[in-house]
Amino acid sequence: MDLTRQDVEKVALLARLDLSEDEIEQMTSQLVRILAYIDRFAELDTDRVEPMAHAIEMSNVFRDDEVRPSLDRREALENAPHHDEQCYLVPAVLGD
Amino acid sequence: MTRSEPSAVDLVARLASGALRAADVTAAFLDRIESHDGDLHAFLHVDRQTALKQARGIDRKRERGEPLGRLAGLPVAVKDLLCTRGEPTTCGSRMLQSFRPPYDATAIRKLREADAVLIGRTNLDEFAMGGSTENSAFQPTHNPWRHGYTPGGSSGGSAACVAASMAPLSLGTDTGGSIRQPAAFCGVTGMKPTYGRVSRQGLVAFASSLDQIGPLAHSAEDAALLLEVVAGYDPGDSTSVDRPVPPYTQTIGRPLENLRLGVIKQQFGDGLHDEIAAAVEAAIDVYRSQGATVREISLPHSQYVVATYYVIAPSEASSNLARYDGVHYGHRTDERAMLDELQAQYARLDAEGRLEAAIRLDSPLVAMYRRSRAEGFGDEVKRRIMIGTYALSAGYYDAYYLKALKVRRLISQDYAAAFGEVDLLIGPVTPTPAFPLGEKVRDPLTMYLVDLYTAGANLAGIPGISLPCGFTSDRLPIGLQLQAPPFEEERLLRGAHMFQQATDWHLRRPTLP
Repeated sequence: MDLTRQDVEKVALLARLDLSEDEIEQMTSQLVRILAYIDRFAELDTDRVEPMAHAIEMSNVFRDDEVRPSLDRREALENAPHHDEQCYLVPAVLGD
Repeated sequence: MTRSEPSAVDLVARLASGALRAADVTAAFLDRIESHDGDLHAFLHVDRQTALKQARGIDRKRERGEPLGRLAGLPVAVKDLLCTRGEPTTCGSRMLQSFRPPYDATAIRKLREADAVLIGRTNLDEFAMGGSTENSAFQPTHNPWRHGYTPGGSSGGSAACVAASMAPLSLGTDTGGSIRQPAAFCGVTGMKPTYGRVSRQGLVAFASSLDQIGPLAHSAEDAALLLEVVAGYDPGDSTSVDRPVPPYTQTIGRPLENLRLGVIKQQFGDGLHDEIAAAVEAAIDVYRSQGATVREISLPHSQYVVATYYVIAPSEASSNLARYDGVHYGHRTDERAMLDELQAQYARLDAEGRLEAAIRLDSPLVAMYRRSRAEGFGDEVKRRIMIGTYALSAGYYDAYYLKALKVRRLISQDYAAAFGEVDLLIGPVTPTPAFPLGEKVRDPLTMYLVDLYTAGANLAGIPGISLPCGFTSDRLPIGLQLQAPPFEEERLLRGAHMFQQATDWHLRRPTLP
């Protein structure tokens, strides 16, 4: 798989990471090497193999639908870098 | 040298009988941390006063004759990846440098209920990603057996603090070998339980389908004690399994009769250090002398374990770590500087008449996310987020993520077939002994191959344990790995204990300066 510098830039945006020019350079060559190693499993015929997402397979784990106390607002906001005691604050999303 | 120091089980008994006081035991371990951790850096955070206060509280409860928990007065160190209410929980990351969780992880709650003394928070590779503790944003830990060498990782601090007798027990986490590999490198006993055996609630997630909390100790018997305390179903973790926790400490002394051991053929090929191979062979002979039968077992998909692991773990990590957005908690970039720079970029492109490029600049919100994450995460975490995001992205999902899930099934089926023929699998933990700090950190793929013999257990969800079984000619510890079918921790611990009854490798202690 030929991973290019442009692919790395695109993935960095998807991953919400800001990478410097040097980091993009280095990341590209490292990922090319890592993916070349990973590609060894392409040789396996897995057409009729069911994917396995969890080690101990379970499905539909339900709990009773009861109202329970949750984290209170003060505690939930306590670790926030920027808040006004009611809401988390972020840079303007729309317009100026 | 072997030092006759009391085991965790002995200490608990002496505390219970009143022969020892929790405050004195805790002070002794704190003193040892003070003497040695300046060299070893196994801990990220030790709060002497809080630990002594807990210990004195337990002593008072005992004096008043109040009921006490299983670990009453025993100090336990915890990997800095388990949320502890109001106390630093950094995950070895700048991202969470000032994070104070609003709740306790279930495992922490169980330690408190057992009246353990939480003695300190141990160092780790950032978000448990790594095999040497060199990815910690704060400091690498040194191997107590050789300064300048890695203790392994990611639970390197948890292994080193037990090896150096700075804590009698510790909790680590194992996603691809992160308990067993550092246990092997530091000459201690470390166990990864079955997936679902210990609640992950409050464990900061790396790869949710693989992560599992487990004990590090000097012996299987001590590990059994800690596992018994933290294991069990928890409604707070829907993947924890609702099965009773067997009394591991009560059955551990019963040897396994007619034990059938399987030696994994694929683990004795190229790349395995000669002295590790010899030590593991000698360990197998110990079992033979105890009446075990040994046969060769093939796990045909072994050669795909690392590839499969390094798709699944980063994919889950890229999704789990999306929560670090600089909004709810964790590091946030300097907003003023970021906005000024963005405006300057826009003005420059506008002046050059490059409106197209100006429009493509990140919005302030996206720029805030990207910079906060770029500043908060270290190189290895970024690398894994990138691998995972790529493997899950449109066009590559089938070739990487879906393919890895299918190969995971094949790997799991190999184990199931093996356990149809043998009771336990036996082999090495790592291909090499501990390596010098700095040796592999610039070469991510070489570092990933350290997980060769351990990541299979995580993919298959089975329990595994690492036991000290010898030393290389230059005095570095060697680990022996036993693996069992799902939920056969009792068998695993009994098998491990048999070995430790016949050998004294687990009683050797490093000479510290």
